Amino acid sequence: MQIQPIFAALRKHRLATLLLALEIALACAVLCNACFLIISRVQHTHVDSGVDESALAAVKLTGYDPASSVDLNARVLSRLAKIPGVQSVNVINAVPFGDHAGTAGISTDAAGKHFAGVVDFYVGNPGSFKALGLQLVAGSMPQASDAQPLDSFVPKNATVWVTRALAEHLWPDTDPLGREFWTDQFHFRVGGVLAHLARPWGGEGGPSTIDWSVYVPAQAGRQLAGTYLLRVNPAESPRVLRDARAAIATIAPDAVVDSKNSQTLGTLREKYFRQDRLMAGILLGVICALLLVTALGIVGLASFWVQQRRRQIGVRRALGATRSDIVAYFQTENFLIVSGGIVLGMLLAFAINLLLMQHYELPRLPLYYLPIGALSLYAIGQLAVLGPALRAAAVPPVEATRSV
Amino acid sequence: MFTYYLELAIRSLRRNKVLTTLMVLALGLGIGACITTLTVLKLLSGDPLPQKSAQLFYPQVDPFPMDGYVAGETKPQPTMTYTDAMNLLHARKATHQAVMTTTGAKIAPQQANAHPFYSDGVMTTSDFFGMFDVPFQYGGGWTESDDESRARVVVIADFLNDKLFGGANSVGKTLRINDHDFRIVGVLKHWAPQPRFYSLDLGGRDYGDGDAVFLPLQSARAADMAAGNTNCFDEIKDLKHLETAPCIWLGMWVQLDNSAAVADYKAFLANYARQQIALGRFHRPDTGLPDLMRWLRDEQVVPDDVRLQAGLAFGFLLICVINTVGLLLAKCLRRSQEIGVRRALGATQRTIFAQFMVEAGIVGLAGGLLGLVFAELGLLGIRHQPAEYASLAHLDVSMFALTFVVAIVASLVAGLLPAWRACVLAPAPQLKAS
Repeated sequence: MQIQPIFAALRKHRLATLLLALEIALACAVLCNACFLIISRVQHTHVDSGVDESALAAVKLTGYDPASSVDLNARVLSRLAKIPGVQSVNVINAVPFGDHAGTAGISTDAAGKHFAGVVDFYVGNPGSFKALGLQLVAGSMPQASDAQPLDSFVPKNATVWVTRALAEHLWPDTDPLGREFWTDQFHFRVGGVLAHLARPWGGEGGPSTIDWSVYVPAQAGRQLAGTYLLRVNPAESPRVLRDARAAIATIAPDAVVDSKNSQTLGTLREKYFRQDRLMAGILLGVICALLLVTALGIVGLASFWVQQRRRQIGVRRALGATRSDIVAYFQTENFLIVSGGIVLGMLLAFAINLLLMQHYELPRLPLYYLPIGALSLYAIGQLAVLGPALRAAAVPPVEATRSV
Repeated sequence: MFTYYLELAIRSLRRNKVLTTLMVLALGLGIGACITTLTVLKLLSGDPLPQKSAQLFYPQVDPFPMDGYVAGETKPQPTMTYTDAMNLLHARKATHQAVMTTTGAKIAPQQANAHPFYSDGVMTTSDFFGMFDVPFQYGGGWTESDDESRARVVVIADFLNDKLFGGANSVGKTLRINDHDFRIVGVLKHWAPQPRFYSLDLGGRDYGDGDAVFLPLQSARAADMAAGNTNCFDEIKDLKHLETAPCIWLGMWVQLDNSAAVADYKAFLANYARQQIALGRFHRPDTGLPDLMRWLRDEQVVPDDVRLQAGLAFGFLLICVINTVGLLLAKCLRRSQEIGVRRALGATQRTIFAQFMVEAGIVGLAGGLLGLVFAELGLLGIRHQPAEYASLAHLDVSMFALTFVVAIVASLVAGLLPAWRACVLAPAPQLKAS
């Protein structure tokens, strides 16, 4: 296959070639960035919450008189436990994918000089650790004696369980067991490390902080009331939630069930990530439309070139070129144009990525997206040009003798 | 002459149906995507009070300590302490002024076996209604003396009135909110500015339905109603005594009628900050007085995703336009001989140019029509999104017109290069070739 004649032909159609290359460059740039956005969104939705989502549901009450919260806890715990299908009921301050309750900045020194980031505290009564299904990777399980009474949102001086991600952030490459950290006048000592525990309302500092959670055992009471964690048989969870609402209307008529937060954890998760999934869907739609339009452009221009060069094709055929030679010609031509477009498109992809990084807290585009984008455009180009190329191959050699 | 070009253009477009369809389809897709995202963007970045927004300003002061302060870079806080809000309110330096925050109002219906429910509430002061031109169906707002005397009065929204009183005049009736009785003094007509500009940073959502109840700030606080977003800059015992706590939780709006009044108010704020520094209450000297639209921009009320979608749609349209340029160019080069003949028969370069531009314009018009269909489909999709603003996404007259403007402009831009190439073709070689 000689490339020289193809270049000579393209030089005659400089403008059209340039336009096609430009279109492919833009498509390549948008494709790489959109794919990157889709993958990061989808990865985000697959986050491991660290709890037994399918077997858990939350019931959140508001509007009750805070003075009666101890009494409320007792009534709700005993009543909800009687609902068939409920395996356990515990008091907790928040659940993954629900509203956040104990969000605070922490420091690794008592004076508060070494700010170490914002984390979420899960405060639950002693049974909640087991009910959540948290997976311990180091240290020991919380004991009943670890649960302290609460004056504030966390105990003054508590043994806590941190996630592996948070431990690695606070004390890289050292054993986190027994290490200490502080929030204001509250002091914490690490008693164990958890595999995962996602923050209630996600990581505000980006996806890397989604696992920055601290589990604190505590005694239910005035400061820990109103949100209940139900461990249920997954198949029965909708009915259990219905029954729970009905039960609460009778045992606590002045309390209002917070419908938004009183759901199974599966539902809460689905709602939490709905916007991400939607955005991924929209991006996917745009990519498809984009590739379609690019393919249509290639088909249009290639058809035009085939029609324009019927006589030349006829001459080549008459001089001994085979059908496959003709097909190869158009495919090589397309390959060259797409190559030019991709070179430009990669630069453009990085430029767009820089722009996105400035405005949307996005990480840098990983390099491996570029060959993926390039390959898909080569594939689209070759497929799109195939039709016109086959039509070109069908031009009979006798065409050489006809005038245009 | 124009009709002749039109006839030529239609004939030429008909001759190559596949190519024409491709062009129109691509352009339609690009325009549809653009109009869909622009409609959402316009909805979200629109002016919530068009007749008044230029006169409304949001004063900002900064009671935070010096830690983390960078002169010239740190912006003043978005909300205020109770002390500062009351000082500025009682100074009465503006035509109208009101302080406000959001709350969750537990409403207990009078009917037997109806369960209590939560609604969005605003705790504010008497000038709120006059300053924002809030329309009333029955009754009106409360007075300044109601504010001072902590009167248990409430203004309710139309939808709450419909729900509780079947839409009848409920002024004078009692509403039980957070286990306290409040007397209804006014019922609003539908009022839901988009975005809900007055409570950005105070808690609650930015778009969607309006608030259900409006209560005098002090009366509501006396009834133990919790404030929305609260941000404390010093140690506090509890969140009950917010009025004296070192916490910011109130927003303030003022109405200033001319630029002289704005300048005066700026000077007043700067002076206030200096005074407070002298008293040892403040440490940072910065103040702010953005107008409504500036405040919306500062707060970046439009979600990132929506801006990203709009950017994406324009990128897509650009690709579609380039695609159309390529195809139009191919078409016009193919007609070199026809152009040669026309030129030889006396057509000027201008007439050839005009002829090709008309052809491009027709493609644009068709693309616009198709784009309108795609945009309607797109907006139908948006209305099924789980977003606060979803139900508001409709194509209005101006966006309808914009669709065609975008379509014609895009197609004419796309047509420029091919038309220019066509008109500069030398006629003689084209005639010779045939």
